[in-house]
Amino acid sequence: MHPAASVIFFTVSSGAGYGLLATLALLAAFGLIAPGLGLGLAGFGLALALVTAGLLSSTFHLGHPERAWRALTQWRSSWLSREGVAAVVTYVPAGLLALLFTFFTPGPGARLVLGLATAAMAVLTVYSTGMIYRVLKPVHQWHNAWVVPGYLVLGAATGLLAAHALLRAFAPEGSAPAIVGIAALAAVAAGFLLKRGYWAFIDATPAASTAETATGLGAFGRVRLLEAPHTGTNFLMQEMGYRVARKHAARLRLIAQLAAFLLPAAFTLAALLLGGVAASLLAIVAAALGILGVAVERWLFFAEAKHTVSLYYGAERA
Amino acid sequence: MTSLPPPSARKLGLVIDLDVCVGCHACAVNCKEWNAAGHSAPLTDLDPYGANANGVWFNRVHSFEAGEGAASRTVHFPKSCLHCEEPACVTVCPTGASYKRVEDGIVLVNPDTCIGCKLCSWACPYGAREFDHDAGVMKKCTLCIDRIYNENLEEADRVPACVSTCPASARHFGDLGDPGSAVSRLVAERGGYDLMPEMCYKPVNKYLPPRQRQCGAGHDGAPSSLAAPEPAPGGLLGWLDRVLSR
Repeated sequence: MHPAASVIFFTVSSGAGYGLLATLALLAAFGLIAPGLGLGLAGFGLALALVTAGLLSSTFHLGHPERAWRALTQWRSSWLSREGVAAVVTYVPAGLLALLFTFFTPGPGARLVLGLATAAMAVLTVYSTGMIYRVLKPVHQWHNAWVVPGYLVLGAATGLLAAHALLRAFAPEGSAPAIVGIAALAAVAAGFLLKRGYWAFIDATPAASTAETATGLGAFGRVRLLEAPHTGTNFLMQEMGYRVARKHAARLRLIAQLAAFLLPAAFTLAALLLGGVAASLLAIVAAALGILGVAVERWLFFAEAKHTVSLYYGAERA
Repeated sequence: MTSLPPPSARKLGLVIDLDVCVGCHACAVNCKEWNAAGHSAPLTDLDPYGANANGVWFNRVHSFEAGEGAASRTVHFPKSCLHCEEPACVTVCPTGASYKRVEDGIVLVNPDTCIGCKLCSWACPYGAREFDHDAGVMKKCTLCIDRIYNENLEEADRVPACVSTCPASARHFGDLGDPGSAVSRLVAERGGYDLMPEMCYKPVNKYLPPRQRQCGAGHDGAPSSLAAPEPAPGGLLGWLDRVLSR
């Protein structure tokens, strides 16, 4: 599948944004962070900026961005629509919580209700993003049980890494930075195991569809393309016949594992052990590397995905 | 509404005879010709006279080889929208622009509400949907909805453009929901099948497999060569022939 830059940016940015939003909302709900201008603006500000930038960029690849509002109408059947609705609904508790947290001193009841609602909606939104891919039967690398946990855990990991860096800078006192740092380590470890499992799965399991099932000519023997329908290219070949990454897949997987998991884990662990200004810097590097690494992972997620339509253009197995 | 309607009694679709198709591409060309001015017009071409010409087509003819040696077959394989009974291209649509018609099962796109997110093209295993970069919306085979119900055409012409033009009669149009229809009988007699049944989209269009070879053909007593030996000319011409042949 063609890895469109806008979709990669959207899923990485909104994943990290919702992860950060859920982390801050839960910390606020249970009184682990104190309301204030600094953390309010930097924390909720960054979370909502990441989410909003992601959602806006997702409209860039539309043929008609001005009609994007229509995507909120078909939540009964479409996960893309559900994602849009969940994203819009999330703004209500998140916006209220961010306002109260930043400029006022909300009571524990308001913090609990708004915090839990914000976190739940953030999780639901990222879940819907994962389900958009999960339900697509023609793409074997997407239509499997690894995909949705991958989106959820990588969103949580990048969000926790960002939250860790923010807390070190804006609210270093109390137990919150250490709790978030340890949670980030756990999420990064879970992400590492999930992606290793996902890659092992897609390498080991063949797709159900072959050139024989696509044409129904298997009774005669092996089926191969003799002549394409045309000498040039077409939309299907451009959108679904992407091949560049497979050549570099092994190396890119290594880069993704280093940048998204191993290095952020090492830097976060060092921050937890060292504390002080060094911890702030280490946490920032960990968050930046984590987001970069997940962007590489996301690029691979598209580039390694093979659509059944390629069976009609010379592929023997999708 | 992109939730699917209850299964329709009428299931209009195509039956494509792979035993007969000669791979002339006339169906694809006539499809383009009709639909460039039809329901989903225009079918935009980009760089049509340049080195990288490409554009929207609803019907494309692939050619495959199957098997090895004397038993192998070369099969021309036209492919367009299969108007599935369970089209995920419709249910994934976030706007309601993609829909399956209640009355005849035809799958269509409303170009006025499509946002061009392309998700439907990802959901189609068959590559039936093609994005029009110029119009910014998804386009697909309409089963020539503007022909089959068109009372301005002669009744014989109220069939999809690909069917009307096929010089080999490899394409058949009809109601596959009616077990007594000509197309349904054809499917039953010839063992018509679904493409990628493992996807469970339940395509309405069916393909008829190439027939078994007629073994023993050619042993009907006719000479094996058409070049009959000519009698040697005599007289002056014969003498000339012998001299010149030396």
